[in-house]
Amino acid sequence: MSDSQAAVQNPAHAGGHSPALLHHFADEQQQRDSASLGMWIFLATEVMFFGGLFCAYLIYRLAYFGDFAAASQTLDWRLGGTNTIVLICSSLTVVFAVYAAQQGKRSMLLISLVLTLVFGFAFLGIKGVEYAEKFEKHHVPGASFQFDNVKVPGHADQIANPHHAEIYFALYFIMTGLHALHMIIGIGIFVWLFLMAWKGRLTPEYNTPLEIGGLYWHFVDIVWIYLFPLLYLIDLHK
Amino acid sequence: MSEHSSSSLGFYVGIWAALIAGTILTVVAAHIDMGPFNAAVALIIATVKALLVALFFMHIKGAHERLLKLVVISTIFFLIILLALSMADYGTRYFS
Repeated sequence: MSDSQAAVQNPAHAGGHSPALLHHFADEQQQRDSASLGMWIFLATEVMFFGGLFCAYLIYRLAYFGDFAAASQTLDWRLGGTNTIVLICSSLTVVFAVYAAQQGKRSMLLISLVLTLVFGFAFLGIKGVEYAEKFEKHHVPGASFQFDNVKVPGHADQIANPHHAEIYFALYFIMTGLHALHMIIGIGIFVWLFLMAWKGRLTPEYNTPLEIGGLYWHFVDIVWIYLFPLLYLIDLHK
Repeated sequence: MSEHSSSSLGFYVGIWAALIAGTILTVVAAHIDMGPFNAAVALIIATVKALLVALFFMHIKGAHERLLKLVVISTIFFLIILLALSMADYGTRYFS
């Protein structure tokens, strides 16, 4: 049943308001504000969730600074930096998608959503290359972890403590892994949004799913904006 | 709410360019020896980038709903409590 048919058949729509407006809201503005407020409260819980991990990182980095620098420099900042740019580009295409839905520009909306998905998969692909390298070098915490005779940057006479480096890699995998999980969920949401857009369900009158899905995507981008300098860029000048 | 912001596509591209510039700046800054200030500079650049995303891409600026700003500010407030009280503990443990 299409929305216009619903408006005709449901006597509650006799007043002629938009079929997208649920009856417990005063108007469409209030409906949109309620949805995004709910999303922001969810994002507040996400900030506290990642905040605990950042706090753990901060405590161990201050305690084992040189070991963290030595472990951090086994990562390739070029790959991390490329992923930062990929995510920033995907945020731009999300903003374009929201704009296109509000303006009712169908082809721009669909192209923006496809580009967002392409950037999302590119991010995960690069992350996969990095993870594979960690497994090859035995830098994954666990029984086969190896980090012997690695010098502390800036201190040629000091060898990094493998146990402290293992803590760095544990934090690296937990933080980037949870971030990657958020990316995978985000890609799922955007596939669903693409299907909604394809069916013409995202209109200038009703595009709330895209708007709050976009908020989630931007939040995941912000988490990476902090992860990149904290994990990849320790003491590179030494 | 975002419909009430008069942001144009060109404006969004400008924010995107600023975010790309910030990414390049943070990589360049990491290669310069600033003594103890390297980490602080990296975090300041990251915070500026996060603010650009939150204010303009997530439309906090120009938001219609005032309650939303309360939620955002209290989120930051509780994050600061989490980090500051933890560091007040761990940062001072080895003094005695």
